[in-house]
Amino acid sequence: MDKRTILNSKHFEITLNRLASQLKENHQSFENTVLIGLQPRGIHVLNRLKKILEKDLNTTIKCGQLDITFYRDDFRRREQPIIPSVTNIDFIIENKNVVLIDDVLFSGRTIRSGLDALLAFGRPKRVELLTFIDRRFERHLPIQPDYTGKTVDTLSSQRVSVEWQEVEGEDKVVLFEEA
Amino acid sequence: MNNLSVEHLTGIKDLTKNDIELIFKTADSFKDVINRPIKKVPSLRDITIANLFFENSTRTRLSFELAEKRLSADVINFSAANSSVKKGETLIDTVNNILAMKVDLVVMRHPNPGAAKFLSERIDAKVVNAGDGTHEHPTQALLDAYSIREQLGPDFKGKKVVIVGDIRHSRVALSNIYCLQKLGAEVMVCGPTTLIPKHIEELGVLVEHDLKKALAWCDVANMLRIQLERQDIQFFPSLREYSMLFGLTKEILDSLDKKIVVMHPGPINRGVEISSDVADSDQSIILQQVENGVAIRMAVIYLLAAQISR
Repeated sequence: MDKRTILNSKHFEITLNRLASQLKENHQSFENTVLIGLQPRGIHVLNRLKKILEKDLNTTIKCGQLDITFYRDDFRRREQPIIPSVTNIDFIIENKNVVLIDDVLFSGRTIRSGLDALLAFGRPKRVELLTFIDRRFERHLPIQPDYTGKTVDTLSSQRVSVEWQEVEGEDKVVLFEEA
Repeated sequence: MNNLSVEHLTGIKDLTKNDIELIFKTADSFKDVINRPIKKVPSLRDITIANLFFENSTRTRLSFELAEKRLSADVINFSAANSSVKKGETLIDTVNNILAMKVDLVVMRHPNPGAAKFLSERIDAKVVNAGDGTHEHPTQALLDAYSIREQLGPDFKGKKVVIVGDIRHSRVALSNIYCLQKLGAEVMVCGPTTLIPKHIEELGVLVEHDLKKALAWCDVANMLRIQLERQDIQFFPSLREYSMLFGLTKEILDSLDKKIVVMHPGPINRGVEISSDVADSDQSIILQQVENGVAIRMAVIYLLAAQISR
């Protein structure tokens, strides 16, 4: 299987820093803003951004992890049921600015489920979407990110995977053909 | 494996250890859901479930109905007391009439042992056994084991559980024995000789007739209700005598040199198998069992519904 790196560790870091700066620009002190990562892989983006932002601003930012398994629209259309990950949101998001975070935006269906799942925790004032990779031209739903790490043009047969130093041993984004 | 090895839940006997652990893992997520401000998820929006209760039930029926509603399924309820069963309709006819209304999953309680299995072999819908006579009550056993896991941790190896009371008429006891043994726990049954089935040792359980000895041995005591409605003859001289010999009181609990966990599947007969102060003590997890019941039933229904293809 041919794997092509489309973002190396150096550019990976630059991208994360840029996303953090953009968030700072729009949310300043993060007083009324919470970051919510989508399980499972959005959590890595969330953790990195949290680290950068908290160091820069010298404050703690409210963060949560959201699992969307029970809100998916492909339940029973899959071979096997998906086993849920942990949802960990110990605050109410009523009237908060929420930044929803995921690693790859593809069809937009995960984000649609995420918006549904989010409502169980209150009515946010405003929801924004941050994705590390945006595979434009592959959307099934009218959903666009507010913050994008990198936009890539791909065929639907291809896969984009974001790898993390803490999990895979190296920060990079790879593109490959589905086996 | 993210899939159950069975197509219906008729009894714990047919489940594997993996199945049970998968149900527990899924229930963890649902327990989280039912403790949120909005306790509902849309997973089963297009599923219709019939709750068929041919025998009285409060807890189990409410628990199932709540679980189904929290999964967003459509629910219809049926109880035999005010139905055509009284007019002589057979079980299969009753159920087929209900299925003609396009039902995907049936939850059934029935007074005859094997009724759930009988049904599962003959109809084109998923079947969940909510108690069939004196045979099995699988979701009760799952929620009991799940509650034990919450108290004592996920490894059941070496954990000792005693089931006290009317073992002979109890579907809860049989399902609990299967479930706990599959998970690796040691099981003992305790009660008057007349209420312990012959040859029960062949299931690999210990038998004890002295409550004190049984309690000194165990980590968890599951106290069963005396099922007067299933007893066609007298199995013990009087409730008072039963209560003196097999009733769990604060006195006996305090005389033990360790703190055991006390469980009861409900409904409780206060002052018979368990005294009020024990039922309400901090060692009793009776109400946690009820809460866990909803999460367990959500998990079972969710995993079975996942197998239905459109």
